[in-house]
Amino acid sequence: MTISRRSALKVMAAATATSVAKAVTPSTASAAAIAAPPDAVGMLYDATKCIGCKACMSACNRANDLEPDTSLSSGRWHMPLDLNEHTKNIIKLYRDANSGEQSFIKRQCMHCLDPACVGACMLGALQKGEHGIVSYNADLCIGCRYCEMGCPFNVLKFEWSKAVPKMQKCELCRHRMPEKGPACCEVCPTGAVIYGKRADLLAEAHRRLAQYPDRYQPKVYGEEEVGGTQVLYLAHVNFEKLGLPAYRDQSVPKTVRTVQHTIYQGFVAPVALYGVLAAVMLRNRKKGGVAEGEEERRS
Amino acid sequence: MTTLEQPQPLGGTTFTRPVQILLAFAALAGALIVWRFAAGLGATTALNDGYPWGLWIAFDVVTGTALSCGGYGIAILVYILNRGNYHPLIRPALVTSAFGYTIAGLSVMIDVGRPWIAYQLPFFWHWNVHSVLLEVALCIMTYTIVLWLELSPAFLERARTSGIQLIRRVGEVGLPVMKKSLLWLTALGMLLPTMHQSALGSLLLLSGPRLHPVWNTTLLPLLFLLSCVAMGFGAVVIEGSLSALFLRRKPETPMLAGLGLVMQPLIGLYLVIRIVDIAVRGQLAALFAFDFYSVLALFEMALFAASMVLLATDRQRHDLGNLFRAAMLMVLAGALYRFDVFLVAFQPGAHWFYFPNLTEILITAGLVAGEIAGYIIVIKVFPIMSGAPLPAPAR
Amino acid sequence: MVLPKALDYDAETIGQHLVRCGVSRRQFLEFCASLMVAAPAGLALTSKARASEVAREVAAARRPSVIWLHFQDCTGCTETLLRTSKPDLAELILNLISLDYHATIMAAAGKQAEAALYASMRENAGKYVLVVEGAIPRKKNGVYMMHAGKTAIDVLQEVGKQAAAIIAIGSCASWGGIPSADPNPTDAVGVDSIITDKPIVNIPGCPPNPYNLLGTVLQYATAGTLPELDDLKRPKFAYDREIHQHCPRRPHFDAGRFAAEFGDAGHRQGWCLYHLGCKGPQTHAGCSTRHFNEIPDVWPIGIGAPCVGCTEQHLAFKVPMFQTVKIHDATPPDTYAPVFTKQGNVSPVAAGVAGLIGGALIGAGYMASRKVGTGAGEEPAKKQE
Repeated sequence: MTISRRSALKVMAAATATSVAKAVTPSTASAAAIAAPPDAVGMLYDATKCIGCKACMSACNRANDLEPDTSLSSGRWHMPLDLNEHTKNIIKLYRDANSGEQSFIKRQCMHCLDPACVGACMLGALQKGEHGIVSYNADLCIGCRYCEMGCPFNVLKFEWSKAVPKMQKCELCRHRMPEKGPACCEVCPTGAVIYGKRADLLAEAHRRLAQYPDRYQPKVYGEEEVGGTQVLYLAHVNFEKLGLPAYRDQSVPKTVRTVQHTIYQGFVAPVALYGVLAAVMLRNRKKGGVAEGEEERRS
Repeated sequence: MTTLEQPQPLGGTTFTRPVQILLAFAALAGALIVWRFAAGLGATTALNDGYPWGLWIAFDVVTGTALSCGGYGIAILVYILNRGNYHPLIRPALVTSAFGYTIAGLSVMIDVGRPWIAYQLPFFWHWNVHSVLLEVALCIMTYTIVLWLELSPAFLERARTSGIQLIRRVGEVGLPVMKKSLLWLTALGMLLPTMHQSALGSLLLLSGPRLHPVWNTTLLPLLFLLSCVAMGFGAVVIEGSLSALFLRRKPETPMLAGLGLVMQPLIGLYLVIRIVDIAVRGQLAALFAFDFYSVLALFEMALFAASMVLLATDRQRHDLGNLFRAAMLMVLAGALYRFDVFLVAFQPGAHWFYFPNLTEILITAGLVAGEIAGYIIVIKVFPIMSGAPLPAPAR
Repeated sequence: MVLPKALDYDAETIGQHLVRCGVSRRQFLEFCASLMVAAPAGLALTSKARASEVAREVAAARRPSVIWLHFQDCTGCTETLLRTSKPDLAELILNLISLDYHATIMAAAGKQAEAALYASMRENAGKYVLVVEGAIPRKKNGVYMMHAGKTAIDVLQEVGKQAAAIIAIGSCASWGGIPSADPNPTDAVGVDSIITDKPIVNIPGCPPNPYNLLGTVLQYATAGTLPELDDLKRPKFAYDREIHQHCPRRPHFDAGRFAAEFGDAGHRQGWCLYHLGCKGPQTHAGCSTRHFNEIPDVWPIGIGAPCVGCTEQHLAFKVPMFQTVKIHDATPPDTYAPVFTKQGNVSPVAAGVAGLIGGALIGAGYMASRKVGTGAGEEPAKKQE
């Protein structure tokens, strides 16, 4: 026995119409800026002041009890090529061979105002906590690396080399607070990276832009990107060349939350769907359709 | 006219040579899995910080569960659309689904870095309700249990004929209990895949700006859901035809042809939604840029369309060979779509490279081999298959 | 640790004593200035703004009584103390402390010398500082080192019992030194293996910089305290840094410029000696900033010889001289990571295998589809209700 195409189409259309209605998000998600917590702290890195001494890299490893990454240097130097399981903070060099344009760039966790990693984490191992610092708690971490998939700055790193691995990322040295701030800011000899309240740092950044317009790219990176981050950047070269992509001001997890809430608000839809499915099955059974577990003979 | 017969164990030698070979592959995978835990993921896989998710997620979990949606699809046909004549397909589909989801769950345990924390998953006070992955994990865990429970009547029926008194007793007591709860379980077995198969699509929405625009749409959950139902049916066609071929049974051509009929509008709907969505988002130029990404996306759609074309007429659908090929195309298309979303559309940066290494491939292959062996063993030992065996060839 | 202030056996202060000995004020100030440079941190005495302040404190102190014993030694530590040139450090040291017993330089000998020893012990009981040079053998109850008919163990315990503090100068007295090198035939050990109930300061080195001793003794003389010690009882002001952390050749290390052989071009240019076996990365000492004989660059690395780690028990006379050591606190080199680095490999073997599996599956699938279509016993396809 074949089912008629028409009835098949009708049912499929009905079923999927409801799904479509649930899944489609409002096309214009509100781009309202995300409010930073009032006591949000962060860092301001001014690439024009950085001399590439890398004291911040050593200080970070020491402050966080991290083994240096000597894998590429035959044990001689802490020489990571990117953030990794041994490196929560790195200084990289951008240099254009043709034009000679160059700049150092410090990379570490951006402590986003609406972090994708926090939105990803199943059991809440990653939290946006005190002072807006995005913290990590290995006791709730299953090592699924969904946070890595979500982070727009590719900051979170997994301890691939360990049999008992964790995630690694900068946590603004929250274990040293409140007496001390981040180790990198403490050792920076030129003040290229400074620590403070996000609001103050933002004001300082704009002050520098206003005072020395020729020195900088005319924007504070992190003010709005992906909804705003607590680590802010000033530079004299294009940010994309420094590995900071030109993101919009839409926060990364906002889209996901909108989709999920649309479908699952209060878990109403699943319960309702369950009710419908059970009801249809009961009705079909009464109508003499096949009952599960029972066999039927039809000639 | 179809005669529905009581499902029977197929009997015969359980551990035939093919089954032994499959189990050997599974054992190899087992040994490699032990090594993976001893040495860590870095030493055993090609995964890296640019591509933290690789073959095991994209294939074992995402594609594997989609291929295991046969039980889901058939259940809808039989219990919601009231097409009782597909009932014989339920149990075989459930076996595939149960094994498929179990292997997916096992793959997750191998893939995550700290699987021992999984015991915390039921602790709801830790739940981050915004996490799509949490929904996927809980849903898949629950659904796997539901699948085995839905199958349990087959095991209990067999238990009733056991030589051991205790097992007989379990069968006698358990079977009526299970039969009573089956309606509620089956409804759950249709709710849960709807939830997590669409959620598997939502997963990559979190990668947001790092997802290639041809694939990056908020309709990902819907597209995954549609394609998974079609893939599930495709898997049932393939597995049904192959079982008939290798176990010398009469294939259930009319039923399978009916599945082909249902697959058609599903695929059509998928393609329409996909293309309209790309157009609405203004990405048609990207779709026809004829770079690597564009060509892959077009190839995906071509595979889907080809499958549709092969299922166009009734005669085509009743030609089992053609139906089988259409199902293959369908399954390939769905698999490619998922691989593309998770590994191609996901763009950590042009300086990152990933291709699964030999260990990852062998573990996946071994798990699939184990799954196939498990399927064969179960249908031989337990009453899963209905329908008539082929008559012995005349001598 | 506060100890009773050392009372001198004659009542004059160091300042008075120096005046009496004809040391000029200028010489004394120069000496105090060099003290400030030599012991830059961790020494309360010398962390002052001006040499005159140091001079004032030192001048007001009384000369502590010091007894100096030699055991299994080469006398190198004494020699290093005496081999200073400018200012005449030996004289100043001898004017700042009352060296009541020192076998190498005292005028007396034999019974007279022993009498002086016991007299000093009696008169300064509980207040004198015992300086020990050389290791103490324990094999066969210590017969391998006899001092005036007694074993070193006995002498050390007798003299040490009444000492206010014990300073073990040199690696031999600190942990056994050369006599304790494999196979250590006399079971030579350092002072703190024999005496366990007195404050001990270890000043390892072979020989150590004389300022390490002087700074310690002066702090004791002026403030009555011993400098802050690390967990091996070494004064932190002299031993808290590794050579590698303060080495003038560090920029060469950071830039990857290594001497590969003695006498090669790199060696001649003063490049880093790490690959020639320099133990600097694991050796705690101040040699890189306080050179020997007060002449700049007179220290092993300065003259192109890799450090042998003479202060460290786990290195000196144990690890081969030209064997490299592990860097345990690696710091970044002179080079930079680019903004984008290619990462991740594609294994061609795996790609090949994947291709094969994929091809095989598709091929087998196609073959199966043909068989499935014409399966034996299959009823002819016809439309069914």
